[in-house]
Amino acid sequence: MSEKHHDEHFGHHVRRYLLVFYALLLGTAITVAVSYVPFTNHALNIGLGLVIAGTKAFLVAGYFMHLISERKMIYAILAFTVFFFVGLMFLTVWSFYDFPPLTITR
Amino acid sequence: MDIPYTVDTRPDTGLYNAKAGIWLFLASEVMLFGALFSAYILLRVGAPEGLWPLGWLNVPLGTINTLVLITSSITTVMAWAALKVNQFDRFKLFHGITLLCALIFVGIKSFEYYDKFTHYEVTLKDGRIADGHLKEATDTHVTISGRFVEEREELYDLHKHKAHGHETITIAREDIEKLSNYGPRHNTYMAIYFTLTGLHALHVIGGAIVIGYLWGPGSRLWRKDPERFTNRIEISGLFWHFVDLVWIFLFPILYLL
Amino acid sequence: MQATTHAIPHTGVHEAHHSDAGFWRTYIFSTDHKVIGIQYGLTSLTFLLIGFCLMLVMRWQIAHPGEPVPVIGGLLEAVLGDVAAKGVMSNELYNSFGAMHGTIMIFLGVVPLAFAAFGNYVVPLMIGAPDMAFPRINMASYHVFVLGGLVMLVSFFIPGGAAQAGWTSYSPLATSIATDGQTFWLIGMVLLITSSLLGAVNFIATIIQLRAPGMTWMRLPFFVWAQFVTAFLLLLAFPPLEAAGIMQLMDKVAGTSFFLPTGLAIGGDLANVSGGGSPLLWQHLFWFLGHPEVYVLILPAMGIVAEVISNNTRKPIWGYKSLVYSALAIGFLSFIVWAHHMYLTGMGTKVATFFQTTTMIISIPSVIILTCMFISLWGGSIRFNTPMLFVLAFLPMFGIGGLTGLPLGFSYSDIHLHDTYYVIAHFHYIVAPGTIFALFAGIYYWFPKMTGRKMNEFWGRVHFWLSFIFMNLVFQPMFAQGMSGMLRRMADGGAMYSATANARAGAGVIGGLTDYIMSLHTYILWAAVGLALAQIPFIVNLFWSLRNGPKVKSDNPWRSTTLEWQTPTPPPHGNFAEPPRVYRGPYEYSVPGHPTDYTPQNVPEK
Ligand code: HEM
Ligand SMILES: [Cu+2]
Repeated sequence: MSEKHHDEHFGHHVRRYLLVFYALLLGTAITVAVSYVPFTNHALNIGLGLVIAGTKAFLVAGYFMHLISERKMIYAILAFTVFFFVGLMFLTVWSFYDFPPLTITR
Repeated sequence: MDIPYTVDTRPDTGLYNAKAGIWLFLASEVMLFGALFSAYILLRVGAPEGLWPLGWLNVPLGTINTLVLITSSITTVMAWAALKVNQFDRFKLFHGITLLCALIFVGIKSFEYYDKFTHYEVTLKDGRIADGHLKEATDTHVTISGRFVEEREELYDLHKHKAHGHETITIAREDIEKLSNYGPRHNTYMAIYFTLTGLHALHVIGGAIVIGYLWGPGSRLWRKDPERFTNRIEISGLFWHFVDLVWIFLFPILYLL
Repeated sequence: MQATTHAIPHTGVHEAHHSDAGFWRTYIFSTDHKVIGIQYGLTSLTFLLIGFCLMLVMRWQIAHPGEPVPVIGGLLEAVLGDVAAKGVMSNELYNSFGAMHGTIMIFLGVVPLAFAAFGNYVVPLMIGAPDMAFPRINMASYHVFVLGGLVMLVSFFIPGGAAQAGWTSYSPLATSIATDGQTFWLIGMVLLITSSLLGAVNFIATIIQLRAPGMTWMRLPFFVWAQFVTAFLLLLAFPPLEAAGIMQLMDKVAGTSFFLPTGLAIGGDLANVSGGGSPLLWQHLFWFLGHPEVYVLILPAMGIVAEVISNNTRKPIWGYKSLVYSALAIGFLSFIVWAHHMYLTGMGTKVATFFQTTTMIISIPSVIILTCMFISLWGGSIRFNTPMLFVLAFLPMFGIGGLTGLPLGFSYSDIHLHDTYYVIAHFHYIVAPGTIFALFAGIYYWFPKMTGRKMNEFWGRVHFWLSFIFMNLVFQPMFAQGMSGMLRRMADGGAMYSATANARAGAGVIGGLTDYIMSLHTYILWAAVGLALAQIPFIVNLFWSLRNGPKVKSDNPWRSTTLEWQTPTPPPHGNFAEPPRVYRGPYEYSVPGHPTDYTPQNVPEK
């Protein structure tokens, strides 16, 4: 497996890891900065924060964990997981907003 | 018959056993933290208007910890890459840094915990609320360094109601209605904060123990079976990145938003 | 995992699988999947027996509230103290037994037997693997399981007794009852969940990675498919319950309010908690596991049924592909039906409609599976041996259980049926004469592979017929009781509630229960005692046959096609003398033109 042509690739890989690293640092700086901007709607802060976090997560998962170029089997496992994860989140939250009428007034 | 594919990959799946195993395990971890995140969402949207804490945590410390974990993530992947090109010493160096980062992270986290456990909210019998760090507690009185507020709400959104200055406040025991520190039972925010970060910290500690073992005594395997050792580093690395990934979400939702 | 532990298998055949390791390494700290499977099997059978005994005592209390428990009343008082004063079961003790009956049966009995025991023993053999992918994790999984079980058992003897809030452990009730039993329960659950997760990872990795050459996905025996889906259910549904368990543990020991609402009053006083939590959140997280869990209970059983049916009808199982796709569909859908357990929690109509729809949809694959099994019988020359009898009984029993689920799945009819004995009857029909019968079938069926001897056929039949009759006598009346409104989990079987309601019946309140409905309790009690007696032949048979059962004359006494029968008996460490290769599907029975009426999967094409 560890043929020597790895060596050439190696520098390339390391450079990519470093790039991701800088991007993550930058992302952290931006999240912190943005959280201090008093948008009129706090939801905007939240949305932005989550988008940045999502991007950072994508970078870590994609490049450090090599998900960008993984095997089909692992994609399949993760696809199921994501589906159920979303189901769990969405359905629980939804059912907290759906009340029978009349009985509960907020 | 020996168990196949412990080191080399199975042709049709392209995986060695442990790689399949760790991803399955991570899938279950996603669901574990997913459930806690949904608990967070529900507690937050269920909290009465204005009573969800904002700005309760120390953002500089949180930021440093974020950077620490990100650093440990890159050293982890570099350590693995070093093994791939047969540079054992570089591996040692990089994973040494990883371990150091883990230590710093846990250290900072413990300090933050300590800070919360010594932070008190004192409800007086006359209705006023004092809030600050405990300096002294005797049988007759309690001394804190903090401030008085008129409304509880002021203690919640610290983005809006910044605490200016600290005064030393001494309160007689008999004037106190309720004394509660910012531990998990303080409110649902502190509860989910401690649970999420506590569970995360356990993962950090567990990961550090595994990586520490592979870095120390476990690294003897390198001479006997380098490929297998490299695989182990990859597997433990995947776990470590996942722990980092969880923190990437914990940091904004608990500290910033 | 190192090569040294594999010294024996290369020499092949009938060697005892671990002659050189000592007692501890062989029986307690073994990493061999077969030993672990048997460990799981014996432990879970023991737990099933314990859970069953708890239920017997409860049935006495239901039928004769306030009367001392006969025979063991004194013992109960001696061991458990005041909660069983004078041998009479107190309400607290009833609640403890109820909660622990459910917990033990499900998490310590049926799941470990169906999934861990059979899965461990049979799956690697069926796919032609030498062992599980991670033998040491496999061992750890068993040990954590035992630890969890011990924690559960110990909780009976602490002051305050075991958990009392039902196997569903709803908050705020669960954390407000003043017993540390709940803490034990939660710690026990976290351990059991951890054990299941380790097992699930191991099973999936094994099935993905260690299939023998030629064992393509569509050549897997249905049993393996069933275990595969089951493992996924455990892997992804259990963690949310683990999270919920951790949160409830925090509520209990750290004073948090995850599941405690604002203004919670306990015993008339405002509870000393911050509040702000959500009791419904617990229910969501619990049932997110809870529903997939019921398929964890049934899928392995269906797998066993498929194997036994095709073997004893000497025919390929009908509709193999539909079975596989149905199992996958069940696995998928079972994650999005959970709130049908929560219709009465003040759920809105939109959400209720959603969950009602998915619930109806998920019953389709279940029906497909059952139908395939029935059709498989058609035109077969059936061998009526003990495993086959149990399997034949499984089919209608599971049918009853499944069909009675439908009225529960409609939010409208569930309003009447929720929390009544009808629900009890519904799921017991599936789990007891369903799953447990299939598990019995599995034991009778694979016993020869594990020991080299068959179990006694006559006593097997006695066991079957008595169990079958008493099972129905126990659970059938509960439908009637439930439909007439008898609630579950009442320590006196509803006597007091019923009497009060009857006394006020004139005032327009819903009436109490008739004497006839109440008198069914007595029948059920004696049927349950009969059911207990019916297990004696089984227990004796199991141990007696170890030494005295008729020896099998070949490695493949049932003349089966699947790989587990193509090994030496019992299989040595490492399983196969040489790596098997698979050439054909799992159920090539009675193929025209073949020399025998079965063609094992590893027989090459001509
Ligand atoms: C085939 C279609 C099925 C349907 C439509 C169905 C539907 C339901 C519904 C709606 C309930 C909730 C009743 C209530 O609490 O009011 C329920 C309870 C239950 N079901 Fe099923 N079910 C089905 C199959 C199964 C299977 C295969 C099992 C496996 C063992 C099972 C086990 C249970 C258990 C254990 C409960 C009771 C939980 C409790 O409250 O303690 N069900 N079922
Ligand atoms: Cu269900």
